[in-house]
Amino acid sequence: MTDFAMPEQVQPPNKHVGRRTLRRENLALLTGKGEFVDDLPVKPGTLHAAFLRSPHPHAEIVSIDCSALKMSGVHAVVTGKDLAERTDPMLVGFQNPIDYYGMATDRVRYMGEPVAAVAATDRYLAEDAVEAIKVEYRPLAAVVDPLQALAPDAPLLHPRADSNCVSTRHFIHGAPEEAFAQADHGATLTIRYPRNSITPMETYAVVAEAVAETGGFDVLSNFQGPFSLHPVMTRALRVRSNALRLRSPKNSGGSFGSKLTIFPYIVVLCVLAGKAKRPVKWIEDRLEHLSAASSAANRVTKIEAAYTEAGKVTALRLTHWDDNGAYLRAPMPAPLYRMHGVSTNGYDIRNLEVTNHVVVTNKCPSGAVRGFGGPQLYFAVERMMQKVASELGMDPLELVRRNLIRPEQFPYQAIAGALLDSGNYQRVIEEASAAGDLDRLKQRKQAALQAGKLYGVGYAACVEPSQSNMGYISTLKTGDERRRTGPKDGAVASVTVSVDATGSVNVVGDSVPQGQGHQTVLAQVVADQLGLTPDDITVALDTDTAKDGWSLAAGNYSNRFSPASVSAAHLAAERVRKKMAGIAATMLNAPAEDLRFKNGKILAAHNPDNAVPFYRVGGLAHWSPSSLPEGMDPGIRETAMWSAPELTPTSAKDEINTSLAYGFGFDFCGVEIDSATGVVRIDQYATAHDCGTILNPGMAEGQIRGSWASGIGATFYEEFAYGEDGSFLSGTFADYLVPSACEVPEFQLVHPTPTPSPYTRLGAKGIAEGNQYTTPACIANAVADALGFEDVLLPLAPAKVLAWIQSSERPPAEGTAPAKAEEGKPRIEGSGEVQVSATPESVWDIFLDPQQMAKIIPGCDRLEAVGDNRFRGDVMLGVGPIKGLFEVRLDLTDLDKPRSAKLVGSAAGPLGSSSGAGFFNLKPMEGFATLVEYSYSIQLSGKVAAVGGRLLHGAARQLIERFMAALARQAGGDVAAEVQSTWRALGRRLLAWLGGAR
Amino acid sequence: MNLLESNIRHLVRFTLNGAQVEGYAEPRLLLTDFLRHELGATGTHVGCEHGVCGACTILLDGRAVRSCLMLAVQAEGAAIETIEGLAHEDGGFSPLQQAFHENFALQCGYCTPGILMSMTEYLRDNPNPTKKEVRVALSGNLCRCTGYHEIVNAILDAAKALREEDGASS
Repeated sequence: MTDFAMPEQVQPPNKHVGRRTLRRENLALLTGKGEFVDDLPVKPGTLHAAFLRSPHPHAEIVSIDCSALKMSGVHAVVTGKDLAERTDPMLVGFQNPIDYYGMATDRVRYMGEPVAAVAATDRYLAEDAVEAIKVEYRPLAAVVDPLQALAPDAPLLHPRADSNCVSTRHFIHGAPEEAFAQADHGATLTIRYPRNSITPMETYAVVAEAVAETGGFDVLSNFQGPFSLHPVMTRALRVRSNALRLRSPKNSGGSFGSKLTIFPYIVVLCVLAGKAKRPVKWIEDRLEHLSAASSAANRVTKIEAAYTEAGKVTALRLTHWDDNGAYLRAPMPAPLYRMHGVSTNGYDIRNLEVTNHVVVTNKCPSGAVRGFGGPQLYFAVERMMQKVASELGMDPLELVRRNLIRPEQFPYQAIAGALLDSGNYQRVIEEASAAGDLDRLKQRKQAALQAGKLYGVGYAACVEPSQSNMGYISTLKTGDERRRTGPKDGAVASVTVSVDATGSVNVVGDSVPQGQGHQTVLAQVVADQLGLTPDDITVALDTDTAKDGWSLAAGNYSNRFSPASVSAAHLAAERVRKKMAGIAATMLNAPAEDLRFKNGKILAAHNPDNAVPFYRVGGLAHWSPSSLPEGMDPGIRETAMWSAPELTPTSAKDEINTSLAYGFGFDFCGVEIDSATGVVRIDQYATAHDCGTILNPGMAEGQIRGSWASGIGATFYEEFAYGEDGSFLSGTFADYLVPSACEVPEFQLVHPTPTPSPYTRLGAKGIAEGNQYTTPACIANAVADALGFEDVLLPLAPAKVLAWIQSSERPPAEGTAPAKAEEGKPRIEGSGEVQVSATPESVWDIFLDPQQMAKIIPGCDRLEAVGDNRFRGDVMLGVGPIKGLFEVRLDLTDLDKPRSAKLVGSAAGPLGSSSGAGFFNLKPMEGFATLVEYSYSIQLSGKVAAVGGRLLHGAARQLIERFMAALARQAGGDVAAEVQSTWRALGRRLLAWLGGAR
Repeated sequence: MNLLESNIRHLVRFTLNGAQVEGYAEPRLLLTDFLRHELGATGTHVGCEHGVCGACTILLDGRAVRSCLMLAVQAEGAAIETIEGLAHEDGGFSPLQQAFHENFALQCGYCTPGILMSMTEYLRDNPNPTKKEVRVALSGNLCRCTGYHEIVNAILDAAKALREEDGASS
């Protein structure tokens, strides 16, 4: 009872493209025979790497002491110093004041930043070794909000910069100033788009080895491309381009953009392997991935619209502050520029002003995430469309319709340069509204409102770009700079089709699949060209830069496969067909152009009996070159390097056709909000996508459904949370919430009439990103409609929504302080009391005696006095699943013997650091007993804070209770002394933070 | 309970998909690492190593467990089943595998082994689940590619096929 929404579209009926051909990839994946990096054998002697990472969001590195690494099994360590000596900073697409080596050199700038890497004989030993490295830091103030980062007194991340804004570009397209001046109305909205990613199930994996014969490196990894990063790596490693051989295996466990930014690790691990003189393997763990791999840039966007009384939007003004975290890694800040050409989405808006600010803050550096700039941009544009409709008292869908590009306008050059290839946006809306039963939805809204419920309807439309123009990133340079460096444009895709000596067909391509099913689709495409079945064709998509055809655009990103790789495969197969037709023409004595390829034969169109088996023709090219037509090369192997002429460089006026083919998506939904809990429930949801020719509806539908699920994640759950001080707070899948099967609702998938792209060889466009754009905007618009509330901020945590329900006033639209700024750093507070069978004097003596204290501090072996009433010691502490050795320092101050004192302390270790203060009062009781009253407040950072959010409270209480029980034992031997903790509510801020994370 | 000395590799023996296997493990070695790198059974995947994502789910004495939350030495004497043991002896797909194949219920396939093992246990105990029950049962396994829709359909298809198989054999 398979249940598919997308129909098969096979034209003509004997073809395979358009068929729901089952995935050949499944045969290995369903039986445990997948070949992911960590499944592959490595050479004997391969070492395993582990990273020491910064527990601070911002600090100077005072010293790194690796002297304890003499343990057996440890072969090499690298620190930032090695990187600075052996490599050059990694290039970004514009001049900037950031030296980025993939590892901290003099300063750490985000929690989780690599500080050292160790290679040891196994992973367990490597992690032991990492913990033996001692780093002294001098903490600096951190900044996590992109607007606060621009304040004159904000901590400066990169000393060579004069500001945390490292690039600003201003664009005028059309005459926006005049349009705003002449408009009937104007509206302004400020959007804050959060940090998230799609966190693939397989983390980063790298095996690096130094190669003596080239002086370079051989790297196996799950890097996804684009291979424009290859020269970035070779420049950093100071090797020739052909001395860095990058290989990727058959399988990769998802990427969603994330595995682009594996490249800095490749550089670091090459250096480590060089130093260790052995291959080094590294498998990232989940905490490393969540804290330090990659995130979409969070963004503040101020959007202004000029519009007429009739509901025609005449101009947009967009000011973006794109928060890229601590460093820029190529191709960042590409998401800002990839969407530049479609800044006006699918609307016929002819005046546009855009200002792009690229900002750095003390957070994980940004990277690619499915949607690549689209979610941030379209959230702003679509929220604005809803606002304009609301201001005009117009149906938002009517406003959308009035502004969309009309079918007769295609191909349509958008004002910022995108050449929208084809579409019929109005028809998609009509078909989606009918199939998704929009009328019923509106009735449900009326009924809900009459019943006194909170119910809203939302809409969102998107133009979905596919196959990126490799030149668009140059738009962040000025025209003068571009003229100096020369033009950049196009996007080369490479596929090789060969026929061997017995007529078997082999296909090799540069699409670096991450699970999408490319092998199956390429087999369908090539089979149709050669008159074979997909099962006849082998497709190898594991990549090897030393052997494969590849170019800068190779890889798997930005909807590249369907327009690009498929076109290259089609072209290569067509060349094979032509060559084979030329050979068969001599065998069949018929003109080559009259030959057809069908059912494994090559035959004359007008006399099907005049035929030769496909394999015979293939064989001849190998077995008997002398029999080939004169001048023909032997063998059959055609490599197509395909790039579309429509991908032109940025114009002098900064217009750029950012992508080749543009699909269209349209969503609408109804949501009901529980006024008691703030829970937003999706009552009805429909989504429609025109992505041109459907190559395999099973896979196209899978892309939409997958994108929908991550759209739901971004809307409701997923956020990389940081404390105001820069502490990273979402280091597990229990903190960074990923939707499970229960959180992803059913929706209606509408398949509208497709409009094939005229610029791709099969008319196919990308389909994988649409719901990243539309779903968050559509649901936010519905929430705004239900609540009459403007500043809808993702993710839609119930606590947040509840606060909006309760707030009757509309918040200011501009320059609002972020919600984050209200939240404190993770803090644990508590107080309690304990009875001890000893006099206050005896208890006092214990507190001041390091030997006695060492006995009662849980996990402490030894405490030594380092001054008057100052102590240091090593303590083994654990919080939930993690456990580590901390260096503890304690100072006793405000001494009032034998009544009260203040205890100020800090603990630092590989798991993080904490600092805090406690007070105790000793009250004499009857019978030589003492009542010890205590209170404490502890702040945490590092791994403990990142993974332990939910556990910290209980763990701290347990520790202190154990301490107090031990004190009671030590003082009087009376184990029965009862520890009675009275627990004050945690600070409101901590509660808000926990609530916000849910 | 036996106390095992750290830093020493101890003999660990259990049955893996019906076959007796053995290898050596330090007490701290995770069962996932033992299965994958000591025994070469790389079909079981590691997604989070903190018990949330479910990719490493195996059957231990018939019950679904997270192999990333177990030590190899704890599996001594157990009967372990993994994805490598699901197919029929002739290599043909089991009803669950076949249903995943026909429904396009996997993309990258990284979470799939854990899902197949969780659902093997689930369908054995719940041969006739509703769609909603399947979603709840599936909620211990994260998938980032598919959006779960096709997975749920595949599990319902598999349940039906298994019931028919059961009916035919009894």
